[in-house]
Amino acid sequence: MAMNTQGRPSKPLHVFDAGAYDDTFSGSRGLDQAEPLIFERGHFDNCGVDLEEPKGLPTRLGGLDREGEIGVPGLSEPETMRHYVRLSRKNYAIDLGLYPLGSCTMKHNPRLNEKLARLPGFGDIHPLQPQSTVQGAFELIGELAHWLMTLTNTPAVAMSPKAGAHGELCGMMAIRAALDARGEKHRRRVLVPESAHGTNPATAVQCGFTVDEIPANEGGRVDMEAFKAKLGDDVAGIMLTNPNTCGLFERDIKEIADLIHEAGGYFYCDGANFNAIVGRVRPGDLGIDAMHINLHKTFSTPHGGGGPGSGPTVFSEALAPYAPVPYVKQDGETWTMVEHEDEARADGADPFGRMTAFHGNMGMFTRALSYMMSHGSDGLKQAAEDAVLNANYILARLKHVMTPAFDGTCMHEALFDDRFLKDTGVSTLDFAKAMIDEGYHPMTMYFPLVVHGAMLIEPTETESIGSLDRFCDTLEGLALAARSGETERFTAAPRHAPAKRLDETKAARNPVLRWTPPQDSAQAAE
Amino acid sequence: MSETRYTKDHEWIRIEGEEGVMGITSYAADQLGDVVFVELPEVGKSFKQGDEMAVVESVKAASEVYAPVSGEIVAVNDALDGEPGKVNEAPDADGWFVKIKIADKGELEGLMDEAAYKAHVE
Repeated sequence: MAMNTQGRPSKPLHVFDAGAYDDTFSGSRGLDQAEPLIFERGHFDNCGVDLEEPKGLPTRLGGLDREGEIGVPGLSEPETMRHYVRLSRKNYAIDLGLYPLGSCTMKHNPRLNEKLARLPGFGDIHPLQPQSTVQGAFELIGELAHWLMTLTNTPAVAMSPKAGAHGELCGMMAIRAALDARGEKHRRRVLVPESAHGTNPATAVQCGFTVDEIPANEGGRVDMEAFKAKLGDDVAGIMLTNPNTCGLFERDIKEIADLIHEAGGYFYCDGANFNAIVGRVRPGDLGIDAMHINLHKTFSTPHGGGGPGSGPTVFSEALAPYAPVPYVKQDGETWTMVEHEDEARADGADPFGRMTAFHGNMGMFTRALSYMMSHGSDGLKQAAEDAVLNANYILARLKHVMTPAFDGTCMHEALFDDRFLKDTGVSTLDFAKAMIDEGYHPMTMYFPLVVHGAMLIEPTETESIGSLDRFCDTLEGLALAARSGETERFTAAPRHAPAKRLDETKAARNPVLRWTPPQDSAQAAE
Repeated sequence: MSETRYTKDHEWIRIEGEEGVMGITSYAADQLGDVVFVELPEVGKSFKQGDEMAVVESVKAASEVYAPVSGEIVAVNDALDGEPGKVNEAPDADGWFVKIKIADKGELEGLMDEAAYKAHVE
């Protein structure tokens, strides 16, 4: 079999066509069409359109004519379109089924969002247009900023960060600017609990801080005694994820905020899981100084495969002056975008700088505001409650066959460990692969690290009870199969997917990062 | 006679005169799963006991490896660069990480012997 036994086909097209599936003449099976790489589908010497070679024209390239092929595959428009549509059919998406990937919040993106994002006044504008011609877009950014500040009870928000980790960076740069302005450059230690998101320590280090880890207690939350012991006058702040990455609410958050402020530090809250508490809790009331909000998680803007994200960052009174440019402001009927630091200083602010070339991800702003306004504040609260209810439904339905990592209820994510797989010969990885055979995208596995063989399931409010029941029935069936010795169902999985079990170890040890045409590799072998 | 001591963070160190050879325990290698990359420190660098000294990356996660004792790195296992799988195959032999010139042998007293380490991981 030429296709995907090691992750990707790498044979010339005629070989490929003969054998993606070896029991059909075409290499396809049913409607599962074989699809090679685009470089193998198209040929360098082909072209999608017939262009006559220009004749009798003097060359004006001054001797800079191209000497060889540039290696772009030649395909017609329908061939190109089919290539990508075929690939998309092999993909798993929230539009196809339940997507339980914990910590990623794959929720339905209402189609109203798409309709509004395509309005020409939002969708067809350019960031360099004169400001007078994009007043509606500025107003939308201003309105969204207002909603975000209201939902978090904070006085300022930076709209430009383009993803969660970018928002973290924005928050930590503001904290650093505030410390520098206080003349306290010795404060460089940032406390990060084990239950925080993995990007938190990376962000702190990127900003020039050192990371001091706080262990989790047996309940999966911050160990308060350990936290108190680490406070000192070199502490810049704490980065806390709430609800944390174990899917639990950090109940001591208020005390943590008070203690870090007493110690002279700032409180960065990772708001990636805001979707579990929006409408019920205003983080500003809990004493946070900065928090990013993932529009692509909490407010339903579509994401996956690394984009597009949007991570606006809200600030407390203490950090608000250091928020980056640009930002929009309203003078009477007119909106302006404050783009330069000196303009902001004239406003009395002291921005730490700028994070992006332009103002942020406009398409995500439109979708997020569409989601907020169509739900209303009561609808947002209900979405958060339903997300938590759905996760607890899964926890309650599966706790007799799987092993919950912690006692009690959860927030928006149900977390299991691998104790129920002990001595079955089935690992968390095998269990996840068997879910693919059942038609489900696997949950997040082996994360958070504090839980052995972790399986983190986030159903979101998108799913109906019928959908949750089908999912739980499947997991229940798998758990019982693992315990009754059907090991091969797991260790050989996925058996029904187009690509079987991939050799992840080999891929990680010997990554092939660049495709080379077959003739080149043949030459290299000579 | 060589003696091996263990840390609670699953590093081992085998004492050879003034130097010690260290790596991660087979328990740690098992828990990590297939190791795909090991980042080792440069020869000549000094660490304090408990400092982050190396990084081991497996198919599951990237983990820090801490210096079991204070001292200077006198040799590193370059073979791990091309064959990180040695850490899984023979964590206490070919899969060694670095050789350290031990600064203070007193620090070894605080580490576990084999029996104590076995009890620790059970």
